[in-house]
Amino acid sequence: MKKISLLIGVLALGGVAIAHAQQKPAIDPAKADAVVKAAFPTANEVFAPRLMPDETMRQCSASRNNPSKAAAAAIRAREKAAIEYPADGNYMGDWKKGEALAQNGYGLRFTDYPPTRANGGNCYACHQLTKKEVSYGTLGPSLSEYGKLRDYKDADVKAAYEKIYNSHSALPCSNMPRFGANKILTIDQIKDAVALLMSKDSPVNTGQ
Amino acid sequence: MFADRVKMRKFVQRRDEPVKIMRQVLYAVICSVLAMIPPALAQDAATEKAIEKYRQMLKEDPWSNPGLLDADRGEALWKTARGPKNVSLEQCDLGKGAGKGAGKVDGAFAELPRYFADSDRVMDAETRILWCMEKLQGFNPADLVKKPHPGGGQPVKELGAMATYVASKSSGMKYAAKLDKPKEKQSVALGDELFHRRSGPFDFSCATCHAAEGLRIRLQGLPFLENPKEARKVVGEWPAYRVSTTHVMTMQHRLLDCYWQMRMPELQLGSEVSVALISYLTKNAEGGNIAAPGLKR
Ligand code: HEC
Ligand code: HEC
Repeated sequence: MKKISLLIGVLALGGVAIAHAQQKPAIDPAKADAVVKAAFPTANEVFAPRLMPDETMRQCSASRNNPSKAAAAAIRAREKAAIEYPADGNYMGDWKKGEALAQNGYGLRFTDYPPTRANGGNCYACHQLTKKEVSYGTLGPSLSEYGKLRDYKDADVKAAYEKIYNSHSALPCSNMPRFGANKILTIDQIKDAVALLMSKDSPVNTGQ
Repeated sequence: MFADRVKMRKFVQRRDEPVKIMRQVLYAVICSVLAMIPPALAQDAATEKAIEKYRQMLKEDPWSNPGLLDADRGEALWKTARGPKNVSLEQCDLGKGAGKGAGKVDGAFAELPRYFADSDRVMDAETRILWCMEKLQGFNPADLVKKPHPGGGQPVKELGAMATYVASKSSGMKYAAKLDKPKEKQSVALGDELFHRRSGPFDFSCATCHAAEGLRIRLQGLPFLENPKEARKVVGEWPAYRVSTTHVMTMQHRLLDCYWQMRMPELQLGSEVSVALISYLTKNAEGGNIAAPGLKR
């Protein structure tokens, strides 16, 4: 199962690598920044900062998500340092809330502004999780039986928290959002998502 | 599942009865196909199959495409004297010269985007129509780009209807935009750069969703737009009538909607970003068929 997930990941990255090999004239980064600034004139103070990528995004875009060893190490270190851990050292919340979060795609669009409720994680957009939900995307690997396949080990519970908080800390230039680092989800919400993946009674692991 | 998208889109009223019936039939087919799916392993393949069957139904009867009504509306608008200067757009040069004769609009879309010396810019069809509405008819462009796209259930706006008309007059032809002048090459390269530019709180770029074959977001298939084979299949179907929102969506609108999914602000119609992305997509789709207005989910 894990091998299959890995294979899917490698294939997805492969597509990016092929495109990267194509020849293209260089674009001055300052030029790209300027046209982007001009193209979104209605951006208010909440949205305007989104027009400019941070250093990690820049490194990933410039390398077409195929960072050099040095850049990957820099990204991993930077993003790892950006992880905030739960104060009580407990990484697992409530899987039921985690499931609701995984279903919910609300949040941060211009039609969601000003916000009327908590953001969702929308994990099903990209991942298979429970068997019951057949409407799942395939941008990410299947997470079905995620905890079971890892024997519910403590180290994997922590790793899942870190992955969801900051995907690039585990895989630089991941296509998965940095849910904690980018303030999409709160620490408590991330704990709920971890519980969905890693708790024994979660439908992800009971095969429901 | 399709209902999800439906809810998300907040679309309200439907434009006319035939469309409503068509949609009901389509949903019924999807639901019955999905209901037959055995659980577990077969699910993936069966889901894809249901979606494919749905696409086929959309294509079986091209004349049922309500987008053709918008193309007709667009033609009437194109030929009517309008705006503060009260002239028609028949003097709008889409790259094949201005004037009433056939051949000025026919086939023009197939060669867009292109560089226009009068504006010293590369322009796609919608940006060019916007420019002509300003320069020839005297409309205020700020008004035209303020709310340029329809909400769910509303008909496409005038500019979009004219873009649908213009595109339909290249339907059946192949994309033949040259994109070989320096500014055109620059626009394609900028589009390529922007396609891979990650931004916003989700770190998305267009490539996040369109840089590999056979992937989906929930159940929506994601075309691999970097790949000429896939780009040739879908790019020429825009503007397209979208069943899920019951209106024609233009390419400029499509891009705004994808930026919406990226949690970015509203992309301005006619902006250099929008033209560059369209140049890039069109370059990838070179040689592909134009079948506009298309029909989409
Ligand atoms: C936009 C797509 C996207 C969304 C949304 C997304 N992910 Fe992912 N996820 C990926 C991709 C792509 C990978 C594989 C690459 C990687 O490991 O970074 C992945 C990998 C993972 C992994 C590691 C899998 C492994 O092999 O160990 C976990 C755990 C995970 N995601 C959990 C989540 C959870 C929980 C959510 C929702 C809160 C979520 N993801 C939302 C795209 C996404
Ligand atoms: C988060 C995912 C996501 C991102 C990021 C994204 N798109 Fe899309 N795109 C989609 C989905 C989903 C569809 C199909 C929508 C539908 O079927 O209603 C789509 C459809 C399209 C289409 C029409 C394809 C067809 O089948 O005819 C084009 C063109 C397109 N996107 C271009 C872009 C460009 C350019 C960008 C970046 C500015 C972008 N997309 C970013 C998800 C995305």
